[in-house]
Amino acid sequence: MMDDLRDTFFAESEDLLTAMGEGLAAMSDGSAGSETVHAVFRAVHSIKGAAGAFALSDVVAFAHSFETVLDAVRSDRLVPDPDVMRVLQRAGDVLAELLEHAREDRSDPPSALGSVLDALEEITGGQDDATPDDFVFEPLGLGMMAPLALPPAEATGFHLDFRPTGNFYPNGHHHQHLFAALSELGELTVTCSVPDLPPSAETDAEGNQLSWKLELRTDADEVQVRDVFEFVEGLCELELRKVESLDSFDDRPPHDDSTLPEVAMPTLAQAPDPEVLPRPLDVSSAVPTPAAARESAPRPTLRVDLDRVDRLINSVGELIINQAVIAQKVSEAGLPPASSLVAHVEDLSLLAREIQEGVMLIRAQPVKALFQRMARVVREAAEATGKQVELVTEGEETEVDRTVVEGLADPLTHMVRNAIDHGIEPPSERIATGKPACGRITLSASHVSGNVRIVVRDDGAGLNRDRIHATALRKGLVAADAVLTEAEIDNLLFLPGFSTAASITSLSGRGVGMDVARTAITALGGRIGILSTPGEGTTFNIILPLTLAILEGLIVTVAGQPMVVPAASVIETIRPAPRDFIALGHADRVLAVRGDHVPVIDVPSLLGFGPELDPMDAIVVLVRASDDSLAALVMEAISDKRQVVIKSLRSNVGQVAGTSAATILGDGKVALILDPDALTALAARRRAAQHAVQHLASREVRHEHAA
Amino acid sequence: MSTQPDTVNPNDIEFVKLVAGGQDFCIEVARVREIRRWSPVTPLPHAPEWLLGVMNLRGAVVPIFDLAMKLGLGSTAITPRHVVMIVTASDRTVGLLVDAVAEILKASDEAVSNAPPLPGANARLIQGMIALSEEALCILDVDAVAPVLAGAAP
Repeated sequence: MMDDLRDTFFAESEDLLTAMGEGLAAMSDGSAGSETVHAVFRAVHSIKGAAGAFALSDVVAFAHSFETVLDAVRSDRLVPDPDVMRVLQRAGDVLAELLEHAREDRSDPPSALGSVLDALEEITGGQDDATPDDFVFEPLGLGMMAPLALPPAEATGFHLDFRPTGNFYPNGHHHQHLFAALSELGELTVTCSVPDLPPSAETDAEGNQLSWKLELRTDADEVQVRDVFEFVEGLCELELRKVESLDSFDDRPPHDDSTLPEVAMPTLAQAPDPEVLPRPLDVSSAVPTPAAARESAPRPTLRVDLDRVDRLINSVGELIINQAVIAQKVSEAGLPPASSLVAHVEDLSLLAREIQEGVMLIRAQPVKALFQRMARVVREAAEATGKQVELVTEGEETEVDRTVVEGLADPLTHMVRNAIDHGIEPPSERIATGKPACGRITLSASHVSGNVRIVVRDDGAGLNRDRIHATALRKGLVAADAVLTEAEIDNLLFLPGFSTAASITSLSGRGVGMDVARTAITALGGRIGILSTPGEGTTFNIILPLTLAILEGLIVTVAGQPMVVPAASVIETIRPAPRDFIALGHADRVLAVRGDHVPVIDVPSLLGFGPELDPMDAIVVLVRASDDSLAALVMEAISDKRQVVIKSLRSNVGQVAGTSAATILGDGKVALILDPDALTALAARRRAAQHAVQHLASREVRHEHAA
Repeated sequence: MSTQPDTVNPNDIEFVKLVAGGQDFCIEVARVREIRRWSPVTPLPHAPEWLLGVMNLRGAVVPIFDLAMKLGLGSTAITPRHVVMIVTASDRTVGLLVDAVAEILKASDEAVSNAPPLPGANARLIQGMIALSEEALCILDVDAVAPVLAGAAP
């Protein structure tokens, strides 16, 4: 139970951090109104309160210092000038990091904790209005539930004494939800008390010690007020007193006849829907400040266990396969085209596809949170290098499969750090070349023909091609006599073990290079390309599939077996004339494609399934590997283009040469999904092995001559 | 949570006796999920010869191993009468092609011994022995007879 609550806490903290990050960003660029400051304050405050419940004292202490500064800003005692904003941004980063550490049960504090705490305290001059203990147990986030309009002056109201008992929270209830519902009835003022707190040693995190005194100005009658507590009867102690005049709010009224004893009732239902919140109106000192964190009212959402979604996705995958089997059987049965069965099967196929698309959307997430993490990376990297860098994001709402979002975090971090470390110039250098002192990194996301495109662009110096070439030569990554195009030099960056940094900095270049980023992106089924203009900057283009569960593929025949080529990497299919194949040396061939020469990969023989195909019978699928190189895959036939459900081979089978995964076709047979990258690598290895054999053979011949 | 049904002797272990390459072996019953008739599989590129390929088991892609080949008893000449035992190896599901599945045996835990130190590469494929009144059966180590493929070189 505690673990569930903990998970919920961290999940909600993430949302709060997102809101905080948005708010801080708006404050930094000056587009923020007072509402934004309040929203940021509330987010930090809510995190602090909730963290207190989980005894995360580091988080509570830091959030307290953080919000003290925010409080000064929102009450206009402190002007959020750029210096203050920088500290606040850093504080936001540290808070996020603290929570990350807490989630992973790490005891080491974030490296920047001390310096940021000092900076925060310097701003407030050590002044601290509130004592931390008050804060931890203060009812939080109530601002969001502030009344829509003030009730008429003659309104009556209620005094409520409310104390949740042992099972209130474990049953999934939360006082905030109740208070939200109450504030819909009128204006609510909340005071928290800790009347009978036992010594801390006896305090049980699960057992609640708190009670609240609520004052509700409302026209509603007692029944309406009691209805709010309908679902928590038996889980709390509630005393309710009607008050006839406003003045009596100021005094504690004596117990009167309307005081009702608690009624024990089984609880079945959920807490009131927290999403049904009125829009905030203004700030009052009695009620914690109202929120306007979002421009529009949030749409109701549902948190679902990821396992459930994945099970559903799996079942839908089965459904699609099953539907394909039925469709195939029906078409084989040779029914007349007018047969109603054919029409029904078509309906079924449309419906199945629709369900599949709907289910896939469940896993989709906007890249916003990912981009915000990058904002953190930018600030840290800028601080570490002493450069000025701003981050511009575009297309934050673009939705991508959750796994893709997660898998992108590391490569993006690496690229952003690289861009700041090696791309963006120091301010003096930038000014000298007529650029603004502050460098700019742009992150953008968009949907492009069934794929997602992520672009990381900097306006720095561009790649230093001479140095890259020199480094590659020194490390023996390219032959000394090789003549490389600019694009080929740029792509050297992706070679394993390549690091252009003249000296290894603390920021990037810890022995890992862009090859790690590329590997991570390839593992997600994506590709990465690089474009650089000297003096203007460097752009990384990442193309990713929308989902990892389904793939658009060409169904091909290799050695009599059906196989799949991912459509994303296919450029075109060609039926070449035999003279288009040009032999190179002993065993290599290239294919002439409109003046270009593309290395030929004979797939059946490469996979060990048979001899090389006769060019007369061959068909060629021209593919682009993730390093932008082309390859002409030779095979027997292409039969179809369709969506296939990806089935991993790794878990049950292991690594299978030349493939990335498998799928199940309409007839129930397993078909391998070919991986252009793996095929090119396999072909290169085989070529190297053949050369070695030839070399050996020629040496033997020389030995014989010598003998 | 399920509990094991009470048997006469709680220390008895059940085994499935099978025939592969003309010889008898056995596997713990707990490992065996189902037994299917042979059906053609999809071959894998550059796979070891004892890995016949993969098949579709209700949506899961399952590798099928030629058990006789893996045990060094020569490759199985597959006929429609051959069967595939679907077994659990670690957390994986794999299929073992065998000549036949014979019977279910019960053995007390005293009858089960560790594998004798056998010479040769096949020793690690044998997990232990059961001494029965008339014969001794090798207990196959399923994890070892159906290994995960590492990166295959051409």
